[in-house]
Amino acid sequence: MTQTISANPQPSLLALFRTVLSRDLVVAFRHPSDLVNPLIFFMIVVTLFPLAVSPEKQFLSQAAPGVLWVAALLATLLSLDMLFQSDFQDGTLEQLLLAPQPLYISILAKVCGHWLLSGLPLTLISPLLAFMLFLPAEALPALVVTLLLGTPVLSFIGAVGSALTVGLRKSGLLLSLLVLPLYIPVLIFSAGAVQAATIGLPIVGHLALLGAMLALALVLAPLAISAGLRISLGS
Amino acid sequence: MWTWFHRLGSPRWFYEISGRWLPWLAVAATLLIVVGTTWALLFAPQDYQQGNSFRIIYIHVPAAFLAQSCYMIMAVAGAVGLIWKMKLADMAAKSCASIGASFTLLALITGAVWGKPTWGTWWVWDARLTSMLILFFLYLGVVALHSAITDRDQAAKASAVLALVGLVNIPIIKYSVEWWNTLHQPATFTVTEKPAMPAEMWVPLLIMVLGFYCFFAVALIMRTRFEILVREWRTRWVTELLNKQ
Repeated sequence: MTQTISANPQPSLLALFRTVLSRDLVVAFRHPSDLVNPLIFFMIVVTLFPLAVSPEKQFLSQAAPGVLWVAALLATLLSLDMLFQSDFQDGTLEQLLLAPQPLYISILAKVCGHWLLSGLPLTLISPLLAFMLFLPAEALPALVVTLLLGTPVLSFIGAVGSALTVGLRKSGLLLSLLVLPLYIPVLIFSAGAVQAATIGLPIVGHLALLGAMLALALVLAPLAISAGLRISLGS
Repeated sequence: MWTWFHRLGSPRWFYEISGRWLPWLAVAATLLIVVGTTWALLFAPQDYQQGNSFRIIYIHVPAAFLAQSCYMIMAVAGAVGLIWKMKLADMAAKSCASIGASFTLLALITGAVWGKPTWGTWWVWDARLTSMLILFFLYLGVVALHSAITDRDQAAKASAVLALVGLVNIPIIKYSVEWWNTLHQPATFTVTEKPAMPAEMWVPLLIMVLGFYCFFAVALIMRTRFEILVREWRTRWVTELLNKQ
């Protein structure tokens, strides 16, 4: 990244966005296990429910929306430490803060990268797990759409908590304390939409609310994230 | 007006002026709570459905009021601290977090106790109870973040940002939970409408609410004064103050 910037002293915002995003993707693909682990976690958590409660088809198809969404939420939570932690340790984060371009754009790029590496794969494997939990086929599109709309919100909110706790010792548990209560509205509307779809009710209202949350997060969360990063790196 | 605002930024000035307010507020809080409790427990009429068990409302509602407004005060104080770098606001925000958490817990416990005779269970996943529980978690998050960061200014700023994020989220959480499930009776007081209860019932409740607010002010001022002493113990005026006693 340093090379790109020195070769091109005033890169446009789009170029900045692309540079940060592609760097994050490249770094992530160099450590494939970081990418796969949240997915494996997602699958294991989903597997635990039939074992712990009941493998009956009727129960599972009823519980599937909630189980899938809770598991997706926890998997996103666990993947949050790849967002800022290693960049904080090797000093990249400081360089981003010092860069003349607005921090808003680079944060947007980082969160997009996080979503591409965590939320999108979760969405892609969710139909498989939905079949294993006997989710009715008519609810499958609802599941995929709510995951597509909801997981970016999870990435944004999680990034706020991650920015506030980056550099702290034992930040993992603290991060989940901060972030999980804020995840509740997304969980309610997403799981609610899938539940409504299983019994054939319209889900447009739920989706509109999820979209509104995404729009709000897109505008406001980067402000909180950049404030958090500046505070965490201030000392 | 601005000189007043600037003077408020000085912990020493606040310490001196709040020392003068404190006895009055304490007297007001005691008086209001004693009068309110006596009236509520002995003289207010019984509810025609719930009998005497409804009387817990005189603790439950003020606690719930304060739980919510305390979060607001904490977030505003945090914002003031972030924007004007006012140390006093940081201290007030820190004090608000633990006081607010205790009021939320009080509201939850009294709600559970009230739920037993009314709904037949200690806990129901009702919208208001659940959003109160989430508010409690938000408070605990602020407290946990504050205690996890060792640097004092950094801790204050980080928890102020978290409190502001929470403030944006509280209405979203409230309405999402409300659409999700509700069983609770509607709000006791609204500004625009006449209360549904008779005056003999709501006047003591209003007194209790005012008393709780005064008590909150006393607690907040005392904690903030303590915080001022802890932070400023090196300065000369604190040494002189402590030597005098």
